[in-house]
Amino acid sequence: MMLDATDRRIIEATQAGLPLAPAPYAEIGAALGLGEREVVGRMAAMLERGVIRRIGTAPNHYAFGLTANGMTVWDVEDEMAAGLGQEIGALDFVSHCYLRPRALPDWPYNLFAMVHGGDRVEVERKRALIADLLGPCCHRSDILYSTRILKKTGLRLKQEKG
Amino acid sequence: MKHAPTLDGPALDDTDRRIVNALQEGFPLSPRPYAEAAEPLGLTEAELIARLKRLLETRVLTRFGPFFDAAAMGGAFCLCAMAVPEERFETVMTQINARPEVAHNYERAHRLNMWFVLATETPEGIAKAAHEIEGETGLKVLRFPKEREFFIGFRVVA
Repeated sequence: MMLDATDRRIIEATQAGLPLAPAPYAEIGAALGLGEREVVGRMAAMLERGVIRRIGTAPNHYAFGLTANGMTVWDVEDEMAAGLGQEIGALDFVSHCYLRPRALPDWPYNLFAMVHGGDRVEVERKRALIADLLGPCCHRSDILYSTRILKKTGLRLKQEKG
Repeated sequence: MKHAPTLDGPALDDTDRRIVNALQEGFPLSPRPYAEAAEPLGLTEAELIARLKRLLETRVLTRFGPFFDAAAMGGAFCLCAMAVPEERFETVMTQINARPEVAHNYERAHRLNMWFVLATETPEGIAKAAHEIEGETGLKVLRFPKEREFFIGFRVVA
């Protein structure tokens, strides 16, 4: 599913955000020498193909009182991991849940679940709920609190060369 | 948390909260999308645009627009972690953040204290960037590509 040069230019023009102006797609088009209909049509096609996941707001968790953000990590038996991951991911306080490879000996954990709360007490309570759900299938776990956002820009395409 | 955004800015009113909740996805692809999105919120186009501007300026929103999936574009995402010595933390952070492939970077309270996401246009780009970072910093980059992603029902409720 390759992108053509025009799709790439649209991505480059919108990856930092949409223009905050009444006709944003016309503005993007004007900057790129494209018509508004072409910009809208191509973005709709990218949305359809999943290249664009969604168009909307990215709320800053901290701004909504979710000031404690912990990455909970679990060493779960491999054969059980997919089923358990499904259950954990469906919890309403888990924002992201992934299976990832372990990096032994540095890192024994294969299931990652991001948990958010108003404070660490709340996050620990949620973490305990996950531990209950995993039960004896989990051999050990840890939690890594984020203490600082160092960068959050999302994907950036490199400028096309030549 | 020196650089973490805080909410010392203006308090959010109900309208701000409704905007954040309603516009987490599905922003229209139409000639006047702000006007279209404003209507069900009982706002004018100009009011919605002004409020979005303020929400972005005050860092209540980190971004407004399309979110891209590097994998669907033929590229890749990879979560990476490093154990950075405390005295080198700011220097290494600057080196890492300067790279366009680094989409997010978080400091975490752990021996592995720097966690970042690489987003590249080709799957090979991940290994290349990780190796370059190792060369530049002399630190090991642990790579945790996702093997599976589970259903995500979570939305920030403003």
